[in-house]
Amino acid sequence: MSGRLATSYGQDMALLNTPAKRWWTLVLVVAAVALPFVLEDDLLVVLATAFVAAIGAIGLNIVTGYAGQVSLGHAFFLAIGAYTAAALSGDPDSTRLIGFGITSLPVWLLAAGLVAGLAGLIVAPLAARLRGLYLAVVTLGLVFIGEHVFKHWRDLTGGVGVGRPAAVPELFGLEFAVDGAMFTKAQKLYLLMFVLLVIFGVLARNLVRSRIGRALAAVRDRDLAAEVIGVDVTRYKMIAFAVSSFYAGVAGALLYVMIGFVEPGSFNLALSVQYIAMILVGGVATISGSVLGALFITLLPRLTRELPAVLPFVSSSSTAGGITVFQVEAILYGLLIIGFLIFEPRGLFGIWIRIRTYWKAWPFSH
Amino acid sequence: MNDLVATVVRGLGNGSIYALLALGFVIVYKSMRVISFAQPAFMMVGGLLVSYLVLSMNFFLAVVVALLLTGLLGAGVERLALRPMIGKPVFVIAIITLGVDIVIRTVVNSFIGVDIRQMGDPWGLKQLAVGGVTIDQRHLATLVTTLVVVAALFAFYRWSRTGLAMRAASSDQEVAQAQGVSVGAVFALSWALAAMLAGLAGVFLSTGIGLEQNLWLTALKALPVIILGGLDSLGGAVVAGLAIGVVEALVGNYGGSLSPVFGGDFFLVVPYLLMLLVLLVRPYGLFGTREVERI
Repeated sequence: MSGRLATSYGQDMALLNTPAKRWWTLVLVVAAVALPFVLEDDLLVVLATAFVAAIGAIGLNIVTGYAGQVSLGHAFFLAIGAYTAAALSGDPDSTRLIGFGITSLPVWLLAAGLVAGLAGLIVAPLAARLRGLYLAVVTLGLVFIGEHVFKHWRDLTGGVGVGRPAAVPELFGLEFAVDGAMFTKAQKLYLLMFVLLVIFGVLARNLVRSRIGRALAAVRDRDLAAEVIGVDVTRYKMIAFAVSSFYAGVAGALLYVMIGFVEPGSFNLALSVQYIAMILVGGVATISGSVLGALFITLLPRLTRELPAVLPFVSSSSTAGGITVFQVEAILYGLLIIGFLIFEPRGLFGIWIRIRTYWKAWPFSH
Repeated sequence: MNDLVATVVRGLGNGSIYALLALGFVIVYKSMRVISFAQPAFMMVGGLLVSYLVLSMNFFLAVVVALLLTGLLGAGVERLALRPMIGKPVFVIAIITLGVDIVIRTVVNSFIGVDIRQMGDPWGLKQLAVGGVTIDQRHLATLVTTLVVVAALFAFYRWSRTGLAMRAASSDQEVAQAQGVSVGAVFALSWALAAMLAGLAGVFLSTGIGLEQNLWLTALKALPVIILGGLDSLGGAVVAGLAIGVVEALVGNYGGSLSPVFGGDFFLVVPYLLMLLVLLVRPYGLFGTREVERI
């Protein structure tokens, strides 16, 4: 192994602690910014959705990966964020729906995060009393109760099957969700979501390498031992839930901007499981893993849609015989969760680490 | 009064389905300390198999054959997806069962399609009038079957050699292994039993109303049940299952005045609300054992 000598703790914990990391980050950022001018618009929208999902996945990873509190309630917090933002930026003259007409992106984004974070704080005391799978089931209950409330609160959500327009992204007079003179809608949304992902990613990375992050890891690894060495377990569980829900709220607010439409039936258990799958496939307790996992899971439907061209027995419509792409997608998704957990528990991030270690020592791999 | 009795019987009928499902969860939890999210899938498999088998044989025979097949599937899933994970964190194993659930349910759904599949059961939607109270025959049949199954299950745990082995493995795996209990076989048997119970629940759930894709959500109602009863208490699962069934039916019938505020199908979330309330007071459910913590 090529060694690297860190002479201080700060140096060891630095974000980009090796030249290679610095260069690769630069390359990645440049590539990501260049993409909208290369790719087609529909693919850009998928990528923008993936970036938003990554923000949500980072949130789930903070509470489940770093703090070890299994939450199946992520969909609930996503919903709170989505509806806070949609209501704030909604049309104030509408007779059917609540709306305040505040379309400024930073305002509704922060508000969505804060309201969801507050909801997280309210749930947290319950979570602090429960451990392990009891908590998982309670958060699952939260999703069902939330789904029920959102389906019936028509003034806010528009009701089942009807829905309401999502938040309108606008920043200092610049509209993101319409085609402009210089950029198309997809290009603008892609760049916006990328910038937001970088901001929230770096923030999360800084959080988890700080005192709070170490406390969360201590709570995860052995809560009793953490308490003995002076970590206030209840307090840090509450912090984890609040931060995680904040991220979920932000992601929820942005998630439906691309389609421009929110339907209350979509915030169900399947959505929570999707986020769990993201962090498991990407890598538990890593920020870059959350991003990788979110990209992978969001792009998966897009990949399976190409299958009928390659495999003749897969059909693309549900009326024709044989297996449909949707079934392939659902099965793949289940198998991926099982496969990653059995064969590569550290997820995509773990695979990357293995490749990196191999090349670090190349050609003397042992 | 008659209305009340009828409602309670209906609640007990639905409640026994929850109890069957909850027993499956508890059996798996007792052997592996994991909540198996694959139970809904087994429930659907049981119902689906009966709906196909009944085309060529008697209903009761179809149920027996279907349950044996479902049990085999359960044991197979345990061997393939769960056995490699022994010793891993419970969270990871629980998520694997979620993956299993997605895979099996997708396959089941492709067989169900968009139709409602009939069970071909002898009860259908026929009703029975006892002293002015009309009750669905299927609710009665469910309740009686559940009571018989529960009694058999308790006797099995209490008096049979295998039941003893399962109890031993549940209280301490290593010691049980040292005494000659095959813990692997116990895992497989637990999964088979849990799958069969879920399958039976699936059959009774779809008698009369038929089997359709969204029915799997009912299986998740067993989760508040097991939390209420305590994850490791078989008795708790039965009591809490029946209780939740009755409360749900009562709210469904008499909660009409709540519907402007909470919506007409408010009773659907009652189990979850009940669970939250009980957990605020008793974090290990009503009958669960408090976890002993060692420093």
